[in-house]
Amino acid sequence: MATTILIPTPLRPYTDKKDAVEADGATVGELLADLTRKHSGLKAHLFNEQGKLRSFVNIYVNEEDIRYLQREQTPLSPGDTVSIIPSVAGGAPTIEQGVRELPQLTNDEVQRYSRHLIMPEVGVVGQRKLKGGSVLCIGAGGLGSPAAMYLAAAGVGTIGMVDFDVVDFSNLQRQIIHGTPDVGRSKLDSARDRLHAINPHVDVQTYETALSSENALKLFEPYDVILDGTDNFPTRYLTNDACVLLGKPNAYGSIFRFEGQASVFATKGGPCYRCLYPEPPPPGLVPSCAEGGVLGVLPGVIGVIQATEAIKLVTGIGEPLVGRFLIYDALKMRFRELRLQKDPDCPVCGTHPTVTSLIDYDQFCGIHPAAPGTPAVGPSGSPGDITSLALKQRLDRGDALKLVDVREPNEYQINRIPGTVLMPLGDIPRRYRELDPSDEIVVHCKMGGRSEKAADFLRSVGFTRVLNLKGGILDWIDKVDPTQPKY
Amino acid sequence: MSEQRVRLEAGVGAAIRRHGEQTYPHECCGALVGIPGQVTTAVALPNTTEEGPRRRFLVRPSDYRIAEQRAGELGGELLGFYHSHPDHPARPSQFDLDHAWPTFAYVIVSVATGTARDMTVWYLKEDRTRFEEGELNGDDNPDSDPAAALHG
Repeated sequence: MATTILIPTPLRPYTDKKDAVEADGATVGELLADLTRKHSGLKAHLFNEQGKLRSFVNIYVNEEDIRYLQREQTPLSPGDTVSIIPSVAGGAPTIEQGVRELPQLTNDEVQRYSRHLIMPEVGVVGQRKLKGGSVLCIGAGGLGSPAAMYLAAAGVGTIGMVDFDVVDFSNLQRQIIHGTPDVGRSKLDSARDRLHAINPHVDVQTYETALSSENALKLFEPYDVILDGTDNFPTRYLTNDACVLLGKPNAYGSIFRFEGQASVFATKGGPCYRCLYPEPPPPGLVPSCAEGGVLGVLPGVIGVIQATEAIKLVTGIGEPLVGRFLIYDALKMRFRELRLQKDPDCPVCGTHPTVTSLIDYDQFCGIHPAAPGTPAVGPSGSPGDITSLALKQRLDRGDALKLVDVREPNEYQINRIPGTVLMPLGDIPRRYRELDPSDEIVVHCKMGGRSEKAADFLRSVGFTRVLNLKGGILDWIDKVDPTQPKY
Repeated sequence: MSEQRVRLEAGVGAAIRRHGEQTYPHECCGALVGIPGQVTTAVALPNTTEEGPRRRFLVRPSDYRIAEQRAGELGGELLGFYHSHPDHPARPSQFDLDHAWPTFAYVIVSVATGTARDMTVWYLKEDRTRFEEGELNGDDNPDSDPAAALHG
């Protein structure tokens, strides 16, 4: 049975310049075999070395792609027309696992990685992929610590770390890459030493900077996988969008109190963070770990899940956590999995994206940073703010100020400003009548976020003389009363 | 150097450059239509890649058909495709090679920080092992003329 095959322009030199030829076969596979017998020059361009149709060769039976029929087993009927239609693809040079020459393992490395090498799923090739692979950890904190340590131990050849913080005593409860002697050091110096102690073969690249729309694409470019260990929404959206724009997978994790989340975003055809959360929550609605607390071991579990996914992505083994959103509850010791689909209307990875370059993520998340040159806490705050030093002066002067602490009782037990009344933020709507609207009131919390909301609320119900202590009790302890502990 | 050559008619080179600058920092892509050896029209096509348009382009089968159709309407034939390399030289990548079709002219324009620069043309070798650079004529590239670059 002869079937007509339509030949695209670039293949016509192999069919005597004809745009349509005939061949025989009961299925598409047989037809193509007969076609390449008659026109042998076509074979190398249609099939790869393994004899499989090349990915950019599309075969249509009438108007249907055989991928949606029975592929090469698709039967042919009299009168069918088969078309060979090219996909035309290409692009600028990038790091490609398949193309890149994999580095060899030294004898030392063979010994070090022997437990990997004896598993066929990893083996020598997988270990060489790890050695040739690279992962960029955004943050050297709770999630970045365990993730980077396991990535280093596993032999990921290049580990990048982005952070600009200094190790603080309050980090040590969970950020296990840093030790007590590291307090006061740059987190990156501390992390580099620890990673090299675990595995001297690893190239540790450190970037002492805040990730920004200006530097993200350049920082991400050389890496195979980005591991998002950020603790705030602007950086999380920035990381997601940069990964989508560059086509780099994002091993995502986040933690809060006793609950953690993990997924893999921005893979080819897979969903991204914005498919799940197109918009950030209003600022202040979701407290940070510094405000809400976090179980120290929790980032260990989530960070190691992220490292697992990064290793799977680099080696190409297993089923990545793509299209699945993992939720871990440490108190109940339960994992749940939500199915996640790519949203065709996603503003960044959908079919008609509206975000095609990196934007101002602070503004997107409703955060208004202080004007350049203005100290975060200083005398030139908004009219509703008061600084620690100004508060101290006024208290010393004997001004009648009503101090209201809007933190939780367990925080109040750690430290307090003498003479404050405890009224947790969540209780204020039903307890504000305990306060006198004619008093001048100063509200405070740990860092100033929750108390700003408390001040807004009090003003909305008619209080006219409400001040918010900028920087919260932490700033008070720094500037006024260093004898008290910080948390 | 391949012995193949192609001439761009007036305005074609400028249209390709403009397209590359418009889509920067993403890759642009389009079809080259004309008579053998001479491109008369550059047909801009949507970049439908799902792998990150900064480093990839994809012309889907349906758009390929449109390109062939358009070539027929214009009384010419499909000669090849063009695409841009944002912030990368105008040289084909391994990925370009892996996905190349024989006989097509592949025009690449380098777009550095938003400004189109070098433009080159490449042809796949018959045995698919590599690209060979062809001769591109008629490109009104301001960079290729130092005087114009200085005074322009």
